[in-house]
Amino acid sequence: MPAEGESANSPLLAVGNLTKLFGAFAACNGIDLDIRAGEIHALLGENGAGKSTLVKMLFGVLSPSSGQILWQGQPVQISSPSAARKLGIGMVFQHFSLFEALTVAENIALSMDPGVSLSRIAKEASDLSHAYGLPLDPNAHVADLSVGERQRIEIVRALLQNPKLIILDEPTSVLTPQEADRLFETLGKLKAEGRSVLYISHRLEEVQRICDRATVLRHGKVTGACDPRKETPSSLARMMVGSDVAHVSAEGTNTKGAIKLEARHLSAGARTPFAVSLKNICLKVHAGEVLAIAGVAGNGQGELFDALSGEYPVESDDVIRIADKPVGTRGINTRRLMGAGFVPEERHGHAAVSALSLSDNLVLARSQSDRRAFLGGGVLGLIRQDAVKMAAKRISEAMDVRKSGENPAAGSLSGGNLQKFIVGRELDRQPSVLVVNQPTWGVDAGAASRIRQALVDLAKSGSAVLVISQDLDEIFEVATEIAVISEGKLSDIYPASELSREKIGLLMGGMYGKTGTAETAHAH
Amino acid sequence: MRIELERRPEVSRLYSILSPFIALALTIFFGGIMFLLLGKDPVSALYSFFIEPLMEVWSLHELAIKAAPLILIAVGLSVCYRSNNWNIGAEGQFIMGAIAGSILPVVFYEWHSPLVLPLMMLLGMLGGALFAGIPAFLKAHLNTNEILSSLMLVYVAQLFLDWLVRGPWRNPGGMNFPETRTFDPITILPEMITSGRAHWGFGFAIIAAVLIWFMMRYTLKGFEITVLGQSERAGRFAGFSSRKMIWFSMLLSGALAGLAGIAEVSGAIQQLRPVISPGYGFTAIIVAFLGRLNPLGIVVAGLVLALTYLGGEAVQVSLQISDKPIKVFQGMLLFFVLSCDTLIHYKIRMMWFDLSDKPVGEVR
Repeated sequence: MPAEGESANSPLLAVGNLTKLFGAFAACNGIDLDIRAGEIHALLGENGAGKSTLVKMLFGVLSPSSGQILWQGQPVQISSPSAARKLGIGMVFQHFSLFEALTVAENIALSMDPGVSLSRIAKEASDLSHAYGLPLDPNAHVADLSVGERQRIEIVRALLQNPKLIILDEPTSVLTPQEADRLFETLGKLKAEGRSVLYISHRLEEVQRICDRATVLRHGKVTGACDPRKETPSSLARMMVGSDVAHVSAEGTNTKGAIKLEARHLSAGARTPFAVSLKNICLKVHAGEVLAIAGVAGNGQGELFDALSGEYPVESDDVIRIADKPVGTRGINTRRLMGAGFVPEERHGHAAVSALSLSDNLVLARSQSDRRAFLGGGVLGLIRQDAVKMAAKRISEAMDVRKSGENPAAGSLSGGNLQKFIVGRELDRQPSVLVVNQPTWGVDAGAASRIRQALVDLAKSGSAVLVISQDLDEIFEVATEIAVISEGKLSDIYPASELSREKIGLLMGGMYGKTGTAETAHAH
Repeated sequence: MRIELERRPEVSRLYSILSPFIALALTIFFGGIMFLLLGKDPVSALYSFFIEPLMEVWSLHELAIKAAPLILIAVGLSVCYRSNNWNIGAEGQFIMGAIAGSILPVVFYEWHSPLVLPLMMLLGMLGGALFAGIPAFLKAHLNTNEILSSLMLVYVAQLFLDWLVRGPWRNPGGMNFPETRTFDPITILPEMITSGRAHWGFGFAIIAAVLIWFMMRYTLKGFEITVLGQSERAGRFAGFSSRKMIWFSMLLSGALAGLAGIAEVSGAIQQLRPVISPGYGFTAIIVAFLGRLNPLGIVVAGLVLALTYLGGEAVQVSLQISDKPIKVFQGMLLFFVLSCDTLIHYKIRMMWFDLSDKPVGEVR
């Protein structure tokens, strides 16, 4: 491998020609990778590139189809996560596996050998977390903790095993910029102690900032091994995507039209003990505007979407207005008939039913708004399959949805292609209001830029677009106005040009009410 | 070592058609071994089981009589199960339908009119639907588990019937036997064709199966059922109400079970007795899944299961054995059908680990 400083030390972990087949599909195809002691090694790649499959093999969750893994020079078979832990490999997953009703110490105890007392675990965890600058109260209930704190539990849980290699899967996707900075300091400490970190990400700036070496995957193969500090973001992106990514242009007419979507002092109680309640949310989206709502996951984004879409109508009509008509108590189809379109965050089982075909998934969102085109037979409500299939084909072509076969099941499409279809399904109606929650979550860079451009274009054509997103890059690409949601409360709305990342970070932490004056002073 | 079920990337069309036949072949093979171990001639046993009931006109009629309630109930249940509502209490709805439909011939036995029979059928459907409405209400408004509530209501229905035929509805001229008066001829469901006993219950079953099949295949309502069964959240996104679906599916399946009940009583038994069903409501659950929750598949499955009942009786008579081996045989058939179906969608993978490989070989 053409990396710098190769001779210094022999690899802690070396992977040779590792392949994992799912049926005939090679999720990982002849991967070579080596991780040295005391380095932070980045694993870069788009969604579906094989990153998760590779680390699952390293952590014993999946067994490789062929190839070998060398640990400190010895060939090993990692048959289970506990075997991986015994070797000295720890892992922090992207999706946490924590019990919300238990305390921090109890959650940690669950992954340890039985027979260690809870108080000892609590003490060790507390000491360790402070030593690494990740303070944790071992007696706090997980349900009360922020996402960043929950991630600390996972990291401390991995560190308690005293691992030589720690694998982190997309750790910053749920963190505010400030929380991410603190995490990077911790990673620096681990590195200084001689531990290795395998850092999985698709965020190029982070990788350039903290990683010593990078291995880039695309379609299950290694497409590059480099020192990320010597590359440019665009050269790294090219290795990841295989071609240059189209740049989203938000320029164009930015004339504000009439108010199309409005929330007036919208409050809604939490439906489940662990949900977030919405508190006094006020927002206006004008025609021609893209309002982006930033925020760390789990701060009421889903609940806000549910209220705006009418999946869970609220108690008073007047708090939500579409095209200046009160709709708060109306259901989702009434709102669709008034020209609104909705794209929820979760693709499988919410925006689409995986087992059903694309044309059926078109009926899912548009059975009432396109009643005349899609249904026949009067009260019988016969579905006109030919009309629906034509429309599905039109959408697939307009959004460049790549699929196997004419009308495959939604579940067989990759995340990016399915998302393009789901967004295209709404755009096809030319909605005057579009509410989108996490439009490009888990979507490859090519599809993401396609979707973002489509959102910008829709606003340019005179619709009001509301984008709820955790991805700051995305927000700055598409937004004309920005607000931040934190603990169910929405900040003021700022023009996108007036906000910096730092300020958004502060707002994400819920700092607006208190530091409002200080910020204005700082801004001028 | 651990065993994993791995989802196949593609389902073979050929094998999904062949699967029931492979299951049948395996059942015949292992069933033959069982009869051999019992010291009976497997060929004649299998002959009496599968072939004999199909050779005579009267037994074909019996087959239709047995299959009718199974199909009628299972078709309703398929709508419930497709929409993720687990109505296990069809047996109770069958009984309540029979009781409600019997009000006219038992209480108002002096009323003779061509209207009586259609009214009885409607009352039967109403009785079954109302009884299924209890678990529907409990689930829709109090979030109760419908599996438990519908199942427990079966015993309520059974005991209510028992009380009725021993108490208020007992036949005054019936020598104190626990039975109602026998139905007047005008209240008896007529035979479908003159060659035998099979009554219109079988006709109802076929009509219901075709109608429900049409609904599931072509209409928005059928689409709604499928979507809500796959994902309640996606259904909500589509603007479908899962609460209304609880009511719709439970009332529909209750009405069909009630119709099956009154058709059985009016067509075959012609009076109420303490026990009017050999467990049709429970067997229909098996029929529904054997038919892969497809109404047309359920017609076939209902006939096959009815055949195993008739065949089972025939074998008991011809080979002089108890009903236990017959139950084992029926169990084998179900086991092989379900496992063949599973293996179409999944393949089994054995994960072997080299335990001598010390550093990592230990598996907790």
